[in-house]
Amino acid sequence: MIRAIKKNFGLSMLALPGFLLIILFNYVPLYGMLLPFKSYRYNLGIWNSPWVGFDNFGFLFNGDVLYRVLRNTLLYNMTFIVLGTALSVTIALLLYELSRRFVKAYQTILFIPYFISWVVAGFAFRSLFDMDYGVINRLLVSLGEEPILWYSDPKYWPYILVAAAVWKGLGYGSVIYYAALMGIDSEYYDAAKIDGASKFRQAISISVPMIKPIVIMMVILQIGSICYSDFGLFYNVTLNSSLLYKTTDVIDTFVYRSLIDMGDIGMASAAGFFQSIVGFCLVLATNFIVKKINPENSLF
Amino acid sequence: MNGSVTTLKRSQPSTGKIFIHVVFIALCVASLFPFLVIIGTSFQSENDIVKFGYSVIPKNFTFDAYRVILHEPKVLFQSYFVTIATTVIGSIVGMWVTTTYAYAISRKDYRFRSFLAFFIFFTMLFHGGMVPSYILMVKWLGLKNNILALILPYLISGWFVLLMKGFLQTIPEAVIESAKIDGAGELRIFAQIVIPISKPALATLGLFFALQYWNDWWLTLLYVEHDNLMKLQYLLIRVLKNMEYLNSAEAIQYGLVKPGMLVPSLSARMAMCILAAGPMLLVFPLFQKYFVQGLTVGSVKG
Repeated sequence: MIRAIKKNFGLSMLALPGFLLIILFNYVPLYGMLLPFKSYRYNLGIWNSPWVGFDNFGFLFNGDVLYRVLRNTLLYNMTFIVLGTALSVTIALLLYELSRRFVKAYQTILFIPYFISWVVAGFAFRSLFDMDYGVINRLLVSLGEEPILWYSDPKYWPYILVAAAVWKGLGYGSVIYYAALMGIDSEYYDAAKIDGASKFRQAISISVPMIKPIVIMMVILQIGSICYSDFGLFYNVTLNSSLLYKTTDVIDTFVYRSLIDMGDIGMASAAGFFQSIVGFCLVLATNFIVKKINPENSLF
Repeated sequence: MNGSVTTLKRSQPSTGKIFIHVVFIALCVASLFPFLVIIGTSFQSENDIVKFGYSVIPKNFTFDAYRVILHEPKVLFQSYFVTIATTVIGSIVGMWVTTTYAYAISRKDYRFRSFLAFFIFFTMLFHGGMVPSYILMVKWLGLKNNILALILPYLISGWFVLLMKGFLQTIPEAVIESAKIDGAGELRIFAQIVIPISKPALATLGLFFALQYWNDWWLTLLYVEHDNLMKLQYLLIRVLKNMEYLNSAEAIQYGLVKPGMLVPSLSARMAMCILAAGPMLLVFPLFQKYFVQGLTVGSVKG
């Protein structure tokens, strides 16, 4: 017994600082999940504030906002997961066909957008879409077309936001899968070459199945945050323009506005609560389905 | 003669390869173009922007925008200082806590490995949300307007631990076993054996940490009101808003700006973007050679 403690003591000490930080920043806030059921008074604290049942969830029945915010969040995230994964895997497979020298050059350039903040990215996009001076509108005018009012018409934004997310995330996503491809034993390809398999055939029959576990893991994790959005994307790229909320308002921007602009802690925490619970259920459900199909690919 | 013909043949790329290169060249242009517009515009004169719009190549090259921004550099330098300080401290401490934790759960002979692995993994699946974190920071820890609020929340995260664990798992057990037989303690094994062989992963992790702290504006937005604690990216948001204000009708009405005077706000915005993003883009190539090696995502199971 004493030997067991002594044996694990060193590693436990190493893990301790991380452990404490995780408790403080990830587990202690879970106590705050009582908030949606309270009418929060700053001076009373969470526990002593009066209970109000489900009053704070009133916004859920205010059909318009809920429908808009939930639809936007889910549709954007589903698009990002499907399109982002498909493109990242494709790019990784294409990179795998090239020699190291080119891989390095292309990767470096594709990675650049990943290295800037959404604030700067917002301006990168504004340089293209600015209504008066943007490259696109100037081009339209020089072609004799009417300029387009990008920042006041919601209908263009689903495309612009998806383009922005792909633009910024493609480099990173493809490197993850490229790293996985590098781990495949080259004997498989040698055997396939002897059998006369084409490059395309090799990619479909060897590369894709070999990286499938990592793709599935990444997708399940992304489904876990399907109710969360990249706040920076929706706040900065849209310039937080309220004219565009119809297609750009997501749960996170809504919670932020409720908390900071309106100071409505009740509603903000209720929306956050909803996000956590739905996201968690979706992960469990996805994992359950994956496990049913093939237990080896499930996450837990 | 014969030999040169074969080399020629071999160096002739296939149509498939050419197609792949065309795809990548198109993607590279798409990923760089917006930056080129920002850089080009930052050297353009205000009149040219109004006349010709934003463009990659300035008609008349000028440093006006940078001159305007650096005219009162105190705020900018203070903000560089806050950004650099949080980036350096946050990255070093973050790398230490992340790597030690990941190392413990990567060791197959560690008794609590599955508990600790689950403990961090769960945080990736279930979050308390924005409001509880806000109350924790502001009310319970009292960190509003404290530089620690810009560092602490990002020190450890599930994704980074997972990345490190994936790499550390590939260290052969025999290496650690033999050090143990020599009587080395865990801390010494970690510092003298594990860290040196994990260089690619540490370089990757360090870059991600630096990136996260350098590009952060969210924590400033939530927790900081004092001007002397503003991070660079947040300053950028502020400056951009204020510059629009300087060219508005109110600014003239209140006598902040003389009528007819045009503040070079359009190019100054772009110049500000360059000053905020530049350092990170310069650092990146130094780390790049470790990237693919360092990014091996390990399985979470087990």
